[in-house]
Amino acid sequence: MKTILHIIRKELLQFRRDPKMFSISFIAPIFQLLVLGYAANLDVTDLPTVVCDLDRSAASRELLRTFSNSGYFELAWEVTRMEDVDPYLETGEASIAVVVPRGFGDRLTAGRPAGLQVIADGSDANSATIGLGYASALTARYSQRVIVQRLERLGRPDAQPARIAPEVRVWYNPELKSRNFMVPGILGLLLLVMTMMLTSLAIVKEKEVGTMEQLVVTPIRPYQLIIGKLAPFTLIGLVDIVLILLVAAFWFNVPVRGSVPLLFGLCVVFLMTTLGLGLLVSTLSRTQQQAMITSAFFVMFPMNFLSGFIFPIENMPELIQYLTYLLPPRYFFVILRGLFLKGVGLEQLWDEVVILSIMGVAILTLSALRFRKKLG
Amino acid sequence: MMSSRIRPIVIKEFRQISRDRRTLGVLLVIPAFMLVMFGYALNFDVRRVPLAVCDQDRSRASREFAESFLHSEYFDLKHRLSDAREIDGLMGGERVRVALVIPPDFSERLLGGREATVQVLVDGANASAAATAVGYVGAMAQDHSSKIAIRASARTGRPGVPLPIDYRPRVWYNPELKSAKFLVPGLIGFILMITAVISTALSVVREKEQGTIEQIVVSPIRPVELILGKTIPYILISLAATAIILLVSYLLFDVAVRGSYLLLFGVTLLFLAGALGLGLLISTVADSQQVAFQMALLVTMLPTFLLSGFVFPIRNMPLPVQAITHIVPARYFLVALRGIVLKGVGLSALYDQALFLLAFAALTLGVSSARLRKIL
Repeated sequence: MKTILHIIRKELLQFRRDPKMFSISFIAPIFQLLVLGYAANLDVTDLPTVVCDLDRSAASRELLRTFSNSGYFELAWEVTRMEDVDPYLETGEASIAVVVPRGFGDRLTAGRPAGLQVIADGSDANSATIGLGYASALTARYSQRVIVQRLERLGRPDAQPARIAPEVRVWYNPELKSRNFMVPGILGLLLLVMTMMLTSLAIVKEKEVGTMEQLVVTPIRPYQLIIGKLAPFTLIGLVDIVLILLVAAFWFNVPVRGSVPLLFGLCVVFLMTTLGLGLLVSTLSRTQQQAMITSAFFVMFPMNFLSGFIFPIENMPELIQYLTYLLPPRYFFVILRGLFLKGVGLEQLWDEVVILSIMGVAILTLSALRFRKKLG
Repeated sequence: MMSSRIRPIVIKEFRQISRDRRTLGVLLVIPAFMLVMFGYALNFDVRRVPLAVCDQDRSRASREFAESFLHSEYFDLKHRLSDAREIDGLMGGERVRVALVIPPDFSERLLGGREATVQVLVDGANASAAATAVGYVGAMAQDHSSKIAIRASARTGRPGVPLPIDYRPRVWYNPELKSAKFLVPGLIGFILMITAVISTALSVVREKEQGTIEQIVVSPIRPVELILGKTIPYILISLAATAIILLVSYLLFDVAVRGSYLLLFGVTLLFLAGALGLGLLISTVADSQQVAFQMALLVTMLPTFLLSGFVFPIRNMPLPVQAITHIVPARYFLVALRGIVLKGVGLSALYDQALFLLAFAALTLGVSSARLRKIL
């Protein structure tokens, strides 16, 4: 025990002596959370829209008003010729163009179908899909109104055809703010990056400088060395969790609907997997550069992209979907969203918690064994 | 002769790169790997949304309506429920994302020619996927309604009421709305930025750490020559990586370059010059590889991923963050890439972008060569 404490003290001393390490461990995550929280936003509102109203009738103006009042489209430019729309879409200034053809209002009053053209810049597929969905819903609602008006004029307001009206209710995140989805994910991401990177780098550095050999010839036992090496990073991880949680809850106002102690506890379970991975990477690398590249490209990249943080898992090909079962953050993200937004308890997250705990223990044990073998 | 002094440095750098197989592999293989990932696995297309149906009506009409969801590729029926209260647990544990509740009077109202409501519950945690799913549900209800109307008018012999507005959406540049087309140009920028900056960020620091910088200091090499010698190998590797990405994305995802290859090459070269300059700058500032790597990650990975418009639209960000995006070189490179690759625009539409990239390259290369002069 005393030996372990000595190693921990030495690590902390080293940490204190390097002011850059302090900013990397504590200021960088907060900074990243702030930037990410503001920037990671897929909301589709105020889509810059260019309008070409060739009709200029009361009907066309009313339709365009429903577009601008919806909040989804910002009718920023108006052109008088159809071909003037092109440059706006080419430069990417406008994402949507609405073209009302000549005779739109006349056809509507005459009871004939009136065409309406909506052009979307498909190079941003996500915004285009959602934008077109909104446009189609707005047009359908406007159509419905026209039908009702027509039937009322004919004096048979009850003659409208039967229809199905979906009554949509959004749970957990009623305003559909993507920040509420992103910020909990960022917590997982930052924990992974910070603890895994720092652990692997610190250990490989000793190998590189040659002090690892000095440690090996001392009577320190491998397990003492491992615990001593990991303890400071566990501490850093814990402080980071608290800092990030505070910023998420009080700065970004992301609701924490579940139990906070449970959230904290499960963060610690996740920490076991990231520290274990850091240790594992350190056994696979000879130089710091290799350790960085291994952890950045072979661990962080797949974990960021394949764990359902930004890109939904059900969109992936089946083979890759199976692969995602091996990634600890996959389970952690479900836990985070459950505890932040949904306010669920342990029983709904039971599967995730059990798998994550098993993974934590397994990774930590495996990498510790490998580390010991490398030393001996 | 200047070139006779640059050549040996280039050869030496190449030797060093080829000796470190892992780094070389990372620089060449990772881009292709990520491309395949992004092309196949990572997208915002909302498909196969896990769905639960609670049919309280159990009539032919309600079954037909529920069936229409199963036949679309957008939804994947996971659970049929008899009790709507079960939805709570399923949604909380992320087993389903959308739930339909068809009320007991559904068919009665439809047959009576009235409006039948259907409750649609949506897991809003992932805001953007939820918005798309809501759009699909609306479109399908609309679709089914018009089918019912057509059938009713066929039965009664009265001509049905056609929808007053003939809504014609069109998508330019990416008609199938594949997010791969949106992500591939972004990916080129992302990969180039990271590989170029990280590889050069370590180049000078390594010499400093290993003490070989002193040998360079006493040699007659001038800063400009050192910079050229250190960057030329990475420019070649990065250009090779770009060619690989373009080839793979053409073969696998049909992303053909619509604009001029020469323009594409020129813009890429400008961007690379700036990125390598940034890497060198970091290399002269940092005093250990670890710090250099962290700095390189901090200034490339997050800003390029988040603040360039690669995944998240810049127009959604708060104004101060939008202001920051103006100093992220990838932002300009991405606009240029998407313009050239997807939209086929020429230099006249990309004047601003090219100018900024040129200024950025001049700045980073200038400052880093000034700093190198001080070191030497």
